[in-house]
Order: sequence, then structure tokens, then C-alpha cells
Amino acid sequence: MDGGLLLLLFLVIAAVGIAVLSPLRNPPADFDEETHGDRLADLELRKETKYSEIRDAETDLHAGKLSVEDHRELDRALRTEAIAILEQIDRLHGRPPDQDGRENGRPG
Amino acid sequence: MTTFGRGLLIVALLTALYAAFAALRGARGGGREWVVSSRRAIYALAAVLTAAVIVLESAFVRSDFSFGLVADNSSTTTPTFYKLTAMWSSQSGSLLLWVWVLSLFSAGVLFATKRRLREIVPWATAVLAGLATFFCALLVFKVSPFTSIANPPTEGAGLNPLLRHPSMMFHPPMLYSGYVGFAIPFAFAIGALAVRRVDAEWIRATRRFSLIAWTFLSIGILLGARWSYSELGWGGYWGWDPVENASLMPWLVGTAFLHSMIVQEKRDMLKVWNVSLIAGTFTLALLGTFLVRSGILDSIHAFGASTVGGWFLGLIAVVVAGTAALIVSRLPHLRSERRIDSLLSREAFFLLNNLVLVGLCFVVFWGTFFPLISEAVTGHKASVGPPWFDRYTVPLAVALVLLSGIGPLLAWRRVTLAQVRRLFAVPAAIALVTLAGLALFTDASSSPASLVLFTFGAFTIASVAGEFWRGIRARRLVSSEGPGTALLSVVRRNRRRYGGYIVHAGIAVVLIGVAASSAFNHQVDVRLVPGQSADVGGYHVRYLRPTSSVSNEKLAFGAVLDVRKDGKRVALLRPSRSYFPSLDMRMGPIGRFFGGESTSEVGLKAGLRRDIWTAMQPDLSALQPGIRAGNKQLANAGPKAQAFAIAFLATSYQQKSPAATFRLIVNPMVTWIWLGGIIGLGGALVALWPSALASRRRITSLYAARLGRELSRARA
Repeated sequence: MDGGLLLLLFLVIAAVGIAVLSPLRNPPADFDEETHGDRLADLELRKETKYSEIRDAETDLHAGKLSVEDHRELDRALRTEAIAILEQIDRLHGRPPDQDGRENGRPG
Repeated sequence: MTTFGRGLLIVALLTALYAAFAALRGARGGGREWVVSSRRAIYALAAVLTAAVIVLESAFVRSDFSFGLVADNSSTTTPTFYKLTAMWSSQSGSLLLWVWVLSLFSAGVLFATKRRLREIVPWATAVLAGLATFFCALLVFKVSPFTSIANPPTEGAGLNPLLRHPSMMFHPPMLYSGYVGFAIPFAFAIGALAVRRVDAEWIRATRRFSLIAWTFLSIGILLGARWSYSELGWGGYWGWDPVENASLMPWLVGTAFLHSMIVQEKRDMLKVWNVSLIAGTFTLALLGTFLVRSGILDSIHAFGASTVGGWFLGLIAVVVAGTAALIVSRLPHLRSERRIDSLLSREAFFLLNNLVLVGLCFVVFWGTFFPLISEAVTGHKASVGPPWFDRYTVPLAVALVLLSGIGPLLAWRRVTLAQVRRLFAVPAAIALVTLAGLALFTDASSSPASLVLFTFGAFTIASVAGEFWRGIRARRLVSSEGPGTALLSVVRRNRRRYGGYIVHAGIAVVLIGVAASSAFNHQVDVRLVPGQSADVGGYHVRYLRPTSSVSNEKLAFGAVLDVRKDGKRVALLRPSRSYFPSLDMRMGPIGRFFGGESTSEVGLKAGLRRDIWTAMQPDLSALQPGIRAGNKQLANAGPKAQAFAIAFLATSYQQKSPAATFRLIVNPMVTWIWLGGIIGLGGALVALWPSALASRRRITSLYAARLGRELSRARA
């Protein structure tokens, strides 16, 4: 292997070493922040999924696949679950449980 | 450069090893910094392996024969298009492709889950890094793609001619992307089991990757079938070959997983089933790689003996035993409190569909490994052929088509009988009309299984169309949109659901094509001289004249066939047989042109109703005296004299007009298979397409508003 390629290989090794080991030498200051962000992202995803299920149930009602009674029961259950998720999101934001606020796309 | 490539692989191995160590340390409470470090190691692994692939590909493009792999699989005359793909025609090159794709997928999923699933991600990283370590170790210690040749030849052996087909450029990377893609949900399933967090979060986080893997695998299988149909010269697209089956098995179980994971997301059920299915899918993907690379079963696809079969077997044993132990130890956490409310529900039919898919996989597995099973039990190898596979797979495939039509019609939890009657009325009526029409006006009833499949296929397509119609109608009830806009709106609002429906329709179209082309094809093998003709499936085929051509790479003998129906010309087909010269000079300077690999170029007239497929095998006995004389007289002649002699032989083939053996096939509806594949791919893309952030926000706020209002009312 010629000198240039050898140097290039050493540069690759050095770059990998720096990229991989730097978090151990200088831990990022936002680890705790990341914890908060992690949980929020998880909850936001769960919220989106729940909303999608509510929409699905509504589509099934209009399509005649669900009776009005079955839809009401399913819809109520899904909304209860969605509310629980919204309350967890509020708690993470440090807000009191929503009464009638219109904050962050959650008008009451 | 080979040393540089080897160096990169060693760096990759050490990086993968470190990523696994750091991830495990982070998972076991060593601190968040270890998890971040392991994630960065995976990013670095992807970068290093990308560099290794670039080094190898550039060697192929430059025809650098100091690379053993390049000398064995390429030549200066290989078109650049095929030079770029020659990497995966070899064992070491394809293993490099495997681990490279794995590193890209791993980096992608770790980036996507950077701020999610904090407990599961370190374990998933450890699994992915462990797999990467295994493949890097193979490349470093067993089958390096960077072996060097001390005295490089001036010319390489060239790419296996059978692989010189556009489908082959994409088939292996697609298959491998499918195989490797399933490693992502598998790794997250293991992570979820390890930390006992077995809700649907791991499924949601990896859902897109599962669908991407399934899509790649589907494309890979279809491209393989297309290659077989147009390149192998036997007239079929699926021969139940072990390597074909190896790709079908993970597809079947992966399809089951894609359905049952929705049940876990929606109903929090089937948790044991889901982790078992994804473990099964990934194990079968490894088994697929093992089958191709071990040479344990005879296959037209086995391009060389392997030295890594034992290693793969060891990995498969570890994956199976480890996953089984983990699932058993977590059974109390995996139990769901929910049960299926009614047999008339979407989840019940999803489960039924799962059982059919797994049953199909079992049949394919049994048939594929029967030679080994029979050898172990009786002492001699016996194999089963297409009729055996057809006997068991056809009824299951028919059931699958029906289920893929019923599933979309049902709602979650339960549907009343009255609703079933209403929802099924139109698709059932269309199916019955199709049945009556086919029975009365065609000869479809001569194959009852095909007739049933056509009927169920019509039912499925009608039920999918009905779902779109109902969706549009429901949308128009709450908006003032026209039908076209409403269609776009319903698909945009639930891409996953409607994308899935399109895939169902695509699969039905594929299976209709398979049934028609299998049951109603007409085939004859005839020996003709120019001027003679043969009849096949109502067509009159006349051998007009022989053809020949010489190029840098190959010598080809062909035929011009005039195909007529009721006296009217339908097509002029030109099948041919190409001969690629061997580098073995012991065959003689002229004989070596006929002693190497040969391929069939089919003459094909494709159409929606039927394909007219032809292949030919020239009779070269008339050329043998000339070949023998050339071998003697031109033993010490230069390349120009040899080229002149070959050109002379090509001309004399046309003048002598010798007989040729032809395979003539009239294959109904094969095009439907490719069209169904394209429809299915379109559906998969719809399901995969990310929602626009803006529209998501708008919808979210609308529903949030409504939810908030109802919440207020409930509290009041």
C-alpha cells in the first residue's frame, strides 16, 4: 500500500475514533433534556396513532361497517385513551390538565 | 488498493464490535453516553463500509485485475452497466453488499429513533451491531473481497453470462435489502423483549422499515421471476427451485407479520405471535442467504461452492435458540388481556390470513428441505418437484386470495350479519358473474382450481374497488369535494389503509396471472429446418431463416420465426443462443468459443391476453469439422486470424441452414403477473409515503379541537 493510502487509512481510523469516543470524553450537556424529548416524542407518536384510529372508526361508520352503537362505544374508548395521552403530554410540559385552553393546537 | 480495502474492513469489524460493546454497556446502566457512542459507531460503520464498496466498485469500473474479485467476475469487454453489478455475483461481494445495506438500515433506524424508545434502542443497537460484526468477521477472516493477485492478468474471466440481464442488476440488491431490512424490526423486538416493554411501541418505531423490507423483497422476487422467464430459456418464471423458495419463505412470513402487527397496534393482541413471526422472518432471511451461499441444495442459482455455510448455520442456531429462550422467559409479559370479540371481525380474518401464510411457508419449507430430510431418514436424497408444490400451495393460495378480499370489508372488533350481507353483496355478485361468464364462454372450467381462483380474484378486486368507493362517498358526506379530490383526500388521510388495499388488488392480479399461465399454457418442443413449421396453441410458427452474429464478447446463432394466427402475421420473433468464449485455451483457439457459458435469448411477443414465447437450441454438428480444423490450423495464430475464423463459422452457419430445436409456448396472461407486481408496488409506495407535516398538523388540530370539545362536555 502506498504512503498516501496508508495516510488515508489512518485518517479514517482517527475520524472514526473521534466520532465514536467523543461522547465518552465530553458527554453532551442535554442528556436530561433528551430524556424529556424522548418521552414527549413517544407520546406525540402515540397521540397521532390514536387520532388515526379515531379517524379509521369514523370512516368505518360512514362506510357502514360499524353500527352507530358500536361506533359510539369504540369512539368513546379511543377518545378516553387519547385524553390520557394528552394529559401525559400536559404533565411533561408542566401544564395543569387542560380545561378549556387553546394552547399548542389543543383548543378546548 | 486491495490492502486499503482490507484495512477498511478491519476498521469496520472493530467499529461494529465496539458498537455492540458500547450498546450493551449503555443498556446495562453504564450511562447514556455509551448509548450515544454506540449510535455514532453505527453511523461510522455505515460510512466505512460505504468507502469499502466505493473502493471495490471503482476497481470494477477501472478493470483493475489486481483485485482477484474483479479478475474473476469482470473483463475489459464487460459493459459498464454490468461491471457495476458484478460485485454481487460473487460470494464475498454479495456478503459485502449484505453488511453494507445492514449498516445503512441500522444507521437510518437509529437516526429515526434518536429521541425515542430509550430503553429498547441500546439492545436493538447491540443486536444490529452483533449481526454486522458477524458479517464483517466473515469478510475479514473467511472470504475477503479484497484479495490481490501478484501478477494481474491482462484480461478478466468476465461476468457469468446468465447474470447479464437488466433484472439481475437489481434483483440481488433488492432481495438483500429485503432480507436485511427485516433485521431492523427483529432487533427492536429483541430489545423490547429484553427490557420487557412489549407494547406496540417497537412495532410503531420500525413499521416503516418492515414495509420497506417487504417491498424490496417483493421487487426482488418479481425481478428474479422475470429474469428466469426471459433468460433461463426453459419457459417458466417460477420453478420451485430451492433458491427461489428461499426468498419466498421470508416473504410469506413477513407478509403475515405486516398484518398481525396492525392487530397489536390496534387491539394490543398477538404479542407472542408477532415476536415469533418477526423472529421467523429474519431467521428465514438468514436461511435464504445460507441456501444461496452454502450449496447445500442443488440449484440453478448456486453459482459456486461456499466455505461459509457452517458459519451461517451457527448464526441461525444462535438466533433461533436465543430468541426462543427470550420469548419463553417473557411469556407472562406477552400475554394480552384482550381477546378476539367476534369471528366476524378484521382481527379474526387477519389471524386466519396469518395461518394460511404460515401454512404456505411450511409447505415450501418442507418441499425445499425434503432432499435433506429424506437423506437423514432413509439414507438417500429424494426431491419433490413442481407437481408436489402445486398440490399443496394451490388450495392455500386460493384461500389467501379470498381472505385478502374479505379482510378489507370487515371492521375491527365485530361486524353484524346484516352488515356482512350488505358489504359482501356487490363483490359476491361480481364474483358470481365472473364465475358464470368464465364457465360459459371460456374453457376455464377445465381447471377447477384456476376457475375458483379467478372467481375469488374478481371478488377481491371488487371488494377493494368497493372500499375506495365507500371511502369517497364517506368523504363527500363531510366535504364538498368532487369524486377525484375526495379519492385523493381519503388516500392521503389514510395512506397505509388504502395503500394496503391496492397491494391486495395487485396480489390478486398476480395470482390470476399465475393461475392462467400455469393451467392453460400450450407448449411444444420441435426440431425444424428453415422452411418447416409447427402449430402451438392455435398459432402457426414457421422457421424462416437462421441468423448469426459475432461481437467482442460472444458468438450468437439464432432464428427468425414467423408467427401467424388464421393466416395473419402476429409477430416476427428472433430467439437466439449466445456462446461466451472460455479462457481455457486447452479447448483450442476456436473450440473455446463453444466451450464456455451459453445463454438463451428468448423471442417474446408479450400481450395482456397471452405471450408467445420461443427459445432455440442450434444444432452445431454441421460446424464441428470446421471447429476441429480451426483448432489444428490456428493453434499458434494471432487474435485476428481467430476472429476471421469465427466470422467464417458464423457465416457458414447461415449458409448451411442446419436444423434447430425450438421450444414454443403460448402462455396466457403472464403479463398480468408483472402488471400485478407494479400495482402492488404502487400500493406499497402509497402506504410508505410520509404524510406531509403541514397536513398532519392541520388534521391534528382539527381532531384535537373536536376531542377537546367532547372532553369538556364529558367533564361538565
